[in-house]
Amino acid sequence: MTVRMATPLIYGTIGETFTERAGVLNLGIEGMMLMGASVGFLVGYQSGSLWLGMGAAVLTGVLLGLIMAFLTVSVGAQQHVAGLGLTIACSGLSFYIYRVWVSDVGGVAPHMRPFTTIPIPYLSQIPILGDVLFNQYALVYIGLILVPISAFILFRTRFGLSLRAVGENPDAAATAGINVFQTRYVCLVVAGVLSAVGGAWLSLAEAGMFLPGLTQGRGWVCIALVVFANWSPMKVLAGAVLFGGIDALQLSLQGVGWNIPYQLFLMLPYVLTILVLIAVSRRARAPAALLLSYKRED
Amino acid sequence: MEKRLLPSQRLSIAAPVVSTLVALLISAIPIYGGGVNPLIGYAELLHGALGDKLALTETFVMFAPLLLCGLSVALAFTCKFWNIGAEGQLYCGALFASFFAVYATSVPSFIAIPVMLVVGFLGGAGWAIIPAILKVKLKVDDVVTTLLGNWVMTYAVAAILFGPWKDPVTGWPESPVISSTTKFPILIPGSRFHLGIVLALLVAVAFYVIIRKTKLGFELLGIGGSQTASYPAGINVSRDFIFAAFLSGGIAGLAGVGQLAGILFHMTTDISPGFGYTGVVIAMVGGLSPIGVVLASLLMAIVVQGTQAMHRATGVPWALAETIQGIILLCLLVGVFFTKYRLRRGA
Repeated sequence: MTVRMATPLIYGTIGETFTERAGVLNLGIEGMMLMGASVGFLVGYQSGSLWLGMGAAVLTGVLLGLIMAFLTVSVGAQQHVAGLGLTIACSGLSFYIYRVWVSDVGGVAPHMRPFTTIPIPYLSQIPILGDVLFNQYALVYIGLILVPISAFILFRTRFGLSLRAVGENPDAAATAGINVFQTRYVCLVVAGVLSAVGGAWLSLAEAGMFLPGLTQGRGWVCIALVVFANWSPMKVLAGAVLFGGIDALQLSLQGVGWNIPYQLFLMLPYVLTILVLIAVSRRARAPAALLLSYKRED
Repeated sequence: MEKRLLPSQRLSIAAPVVSTLVALLISAIPIYGGGVNPLIGYAELLHGALGDKLALTETFVMFAPLLLCGLSVALAFTCKFWNIGAEGQLYCGALFASFFAVYATSVPSFIAIPVMLVVGFLGGAGWAIIPAILKVKLKVDDVVTTLLGNWVMTYAVAAILFGPWKDPVTGWPESPVISSTTKFPILIPGSRFHLGIVLALLVAVAFYVIIRKTKLGFELLGIGGSQTASYPAGINVSRDFIFAAFLSGGIAGLAGVGQLAGILFHMTTDISPGFGYTGVVIAMVGGLSPIGVVLASLLMAIVVQGTQAMHRATGVPWALAETIQGIILLCLLVGVFFTKYRLRRGA
């Protein structure tokens, strides 16, 4: 449960880590997740193939990443505002597409059989741990593998070094022959794809349906998790599992049936995120060029 | 591509207009996709927002909360307090105001309404200064805290309305009806054009005076320009920043009071359909200037009100309003670029 709830957070937060390391705050992540969930489910349902739906989500992510990159890198728009605009437009559009489509298929919320888990032979037999880690959805495995791969790319490859240089001091990076624009474009497209896949995971694996506002603000939690993880992919895993755990706890507490309004449990992840941000504020050190747009001619 | 020495004055005015037109052009694609002729759709939009007296007054009903949220965000952004939390501050203001208004049955209107306004203002202001203090004292990112604050506040309101305040008879999650002495008077008979709309315009005037005519406004512009230069200039950056957050949240809180006392008359979980987020769009389209924000609010009120009419007439999903708002903002960002740069011919 915890690992499942953590999965969209892992995808989103890894993507966001890449863009912020390259100096771009991507507030469009919530919108990207919603569009991924919406388009992914639509294509998946119509084609009958979950993986085709996932492919559509990837393409959606590429497109949205390119739009965000065009706005923040080429046009040099304020990053907060561009991201927020993208999220507003995408959240409206994802709902819009869904409504148009639902009225086409007869007004009943469409539902499809979601992804099923793939138990890994032998390993899934391990008591408790086996079921948690090795009897999961393909996308959960991919997400878990993504974490060390991202850490490797970021800290052990030439591209990772360029990326971090761009996020710390784009002028110096450009002088050293790194293409700042291109690096940031790549990061935003990667983030777009990961966010959209994280969103599509919600509709195609978790819910088997799309609902407006399906992401429930998980995109924003991802942005906070990046700070929590101190811009490091390995710590993202810890943060995502922690918050996935709270989410799972919140769901099971709702089921207990205490005489407490369940909205208080829904509030829990957000309150905790804020508290965590306060707690880590002393050691948090954002990439130096975060939020700064880079202009070639200056 | 070449940088202009100064942003072109003419284009600065043209940019929002052209961007809006381009955005409407782009939005024609989803309207067409929804099976509606975009021209007919937009005709319905204009007719539904401006077509007759009722439509006009309803557009102004929508204008009031949008204007207040736009002003709230514009004030915050002026000193680079990235307040994305107008939505939560609106809810907090309305909640506080309803605590007072529900129980103020024996208080005469001329006392009850001002007190309710102050209480609502303080509710929104209180919710806004928390992230501002965290930002100043601990450098906690204000974008994230104000945003998450929206979720915390809307769930808090829901918890109260589903819990202690649940209607004992119907079971609806809404507060008891507010005292009739706290309801805003209707200014145009036969419509919902209430006192709050005039109050919102007065806040816009106050915003103009603060930003353009007072020392605080001058200092806020300074902080927005350069925080590091503001310190040696003798500006108390922390104090001004928190005070701006106080005012910004308070104005958003007033938007909540207006919805409570002018339209809904009891606290509900959906007192705002996202006015706080639209406030960000409005503040940017209005270029953070008082007059710009008033015009942008009017534009958004027409879009929101008109889209509702389009929805009723053609069946186009209502989420179109949010889509158009987002696209307008994105187009504007590109438009602003052209006020700062020009294409150099033959380069």
